Amino acid sequence: MAREVHGMVEKRGMGLWLTHVLMIIGVLVIFFPIWLAFVASTVSQPEIVRPPMPIWPGDQFLENYKAALFSGVNVPVATMLFNSLVMAVGIAVGKIIISLLSAFAIVYFRFPGRNIFFWLIFLTLMLPVEVRIVPTYEVVAGFGMLNSYSGLIFPLIASATATFLFRQFFLTIPDELAEAARVDGARPMRFFIDIVVPMSRTNVAALFVILFIYGWNQYLWPLLITTDPEMNTIVMGIRQMFPSGDDVADWPVIMATSILAMIPPVIVVISMQKLFIRGLVDSEK
Amino acid sequence: MEKRVTFKGWLLPVCLIAPQVFISAVFFFYPAAQAVWQSLFIPDPFGLSKQFVGLGNFEFLLTDRFYRASFLTTAIFSVLVTLVSMIPALFLAVLADRLIKGAGVYRTLLIWPYAVAPAVAGVLWLFMFNTRVGVVSWYLGQLGYDWNHVLNGGEAMGLVVVASAWGRISYNFLFFFAALQSVPKSVIEAAAIDGARFWRRFFTIVLPLLSPTTFFLLVVNVVYSFFETFGVIHTITSGGPQQSTTILVYKVFSDGFVGQDLGSSSAQSVILLIVVGLLTVVQFKYIERRVHY
Repeated sequence: MAREVHGMVEKRGMGLWLTHVLMIIGVLVIFFPIWLAFVASTVSQPEIVRPPMPIWPGDQFLENYKAALFSGVNVPVATMLFNSLVMAVGIAVGKIIISLLSAFAIVYFRFPGRNIFFWLIFLTLMLPVEVRIVPTYEVVAGFGMLNSYSGLIFPLIASATATFLFRQFFLTIPDELAEAARVDGARPMRFFIDIVVPMSRTNVAALFVILFIYGWNQYLWPLLITTDPEMNTIVMGIRQMFPSGDDVADWPVIMATSILAMIPPVIVVISMQKLFIRGLVDSEK
Repeated sequence: MEKRVTFKGWLLPVCLIAPQVFISAVFFFYPAAQAVWQSLFIPDPFGLSKQFVGLGNFEFLLTDRFYRASFLTTAIFSVLVTLVSMIPALFLAVLADRLIKGAGVYRTLLIWPYAVAPAVAGVLWLFMFNTRVGVVSWYLGQLGYDWNHVLNGGEAMGLVVVASAWGRISYNFLFFFAALQSVPKSVIEAAAIDGARFWRRFFTIVLPLLSPTTFFLLVVNVVYSFFETFGVIHTITSGGPQQSTTILVYKVFSDGFVGQDLGSSSAQSVILLIVVGLLTVVQFKYIERRVHY
């Protein structure tokens, strides 16, 4: 009986095939823009400017990617990749460290002003950088941090999502552990390093995936503060590769750059899929 | 919820919290306060002095034809992005949920676009619809349709909507798929025994059970389309043609950095701040409710 019902709910035979066919069509449609970008990055410029462009990859793969990586348009794409890497890792690591520390303070201590700090941090959840760009730009310019890694990183770690997550997690750590540590005369920082941090490693990893992608995919902020092409990140740098006026864009190189720009975050997402989904679901709670 | 067991002392926790407080103060609270302060002034064109105008900037904005148009544009844009990203995602998630084998493979393939930055997504879609070299626009031309998003505001809007929604389909798919997997199989099987067919089961049982996820995604996608789509718009249309794709966040940027109208740009920031505040309240109210489920 149970088997028959199962068959009614989860399709078999024709219905199953139809489901697979629809699913494959869906995946193909969603994948099409990426496929086309990849094809464009493997053909020559004349093949693109005489539409329609081919639908299968050509033989210019190495030439185009070499041209993009080592000469680019304004600056070699390798430089932009490196800048993006520094920015994304800086944001992820920086935010995780300051959040672990402050969540530990908020959960495991009673100190004057604790509630005020908590609510002040909570407030920062609400304001995306897009909303406060002009004054934040002025602050960063005032510190002389334009065209610098610290200027790219610090304003984007000033939000409390991670602190909030760690707080929620720390509250689930059994009190007995802290009790035992206290009885043993362990100092708070010992407890933090030996117990709390190791217990948080799954959360840290999940958060790292989310924050890495967040940092890598930033656009507006790097656009404002990196006026020097040498400091451009790859995601914002692609737009700068389009010529102004009526000149024809160097599509093969631009598309090769687009593919290069999506490879690191895609690798991170695919290889850490389980962690990523967990981090996504947690951080939106 | 509070810990019963805590450590003593106040110097250590204050030191621990100091980095976050410092960074939030310098790069968050001070700029936010500056935005509020600057919204009360009109600077002279040379930036040498400024004149206090009270709520004058706000009054001007609320009666400004272009600002009102931008509000309307944002509303249309965010509704469209939300629909275009949620409906296909739900459809794909329902399909994947029917599969016993292979759902994981499809999921892996469908996650890809989420990792693609909005600005890069913009470039990909621009390439397909480019008026000179675009594949899709070329085929449309063969069919007798003259695609030109550079001149046609409606087409420009359509293009930025699709480019913005594309990556979000992955995101929404993940949430819908997870929610569908947690729908108790026994309920579905009971309905199947009672003779309810697939679509009937879907609309009377599954969809209501998905409503917390759906509501959550509605809010999150609206927030996304308000604030995270700047890259798409900047790469594809730069707000044009004739401001037909100038959403509010884009206007803060173009008035503040391109137009150098700091008073107005700050006032716009403050208005957006209120909008975010309201959306956050809605989100948290709902999450409170979900916790009690």
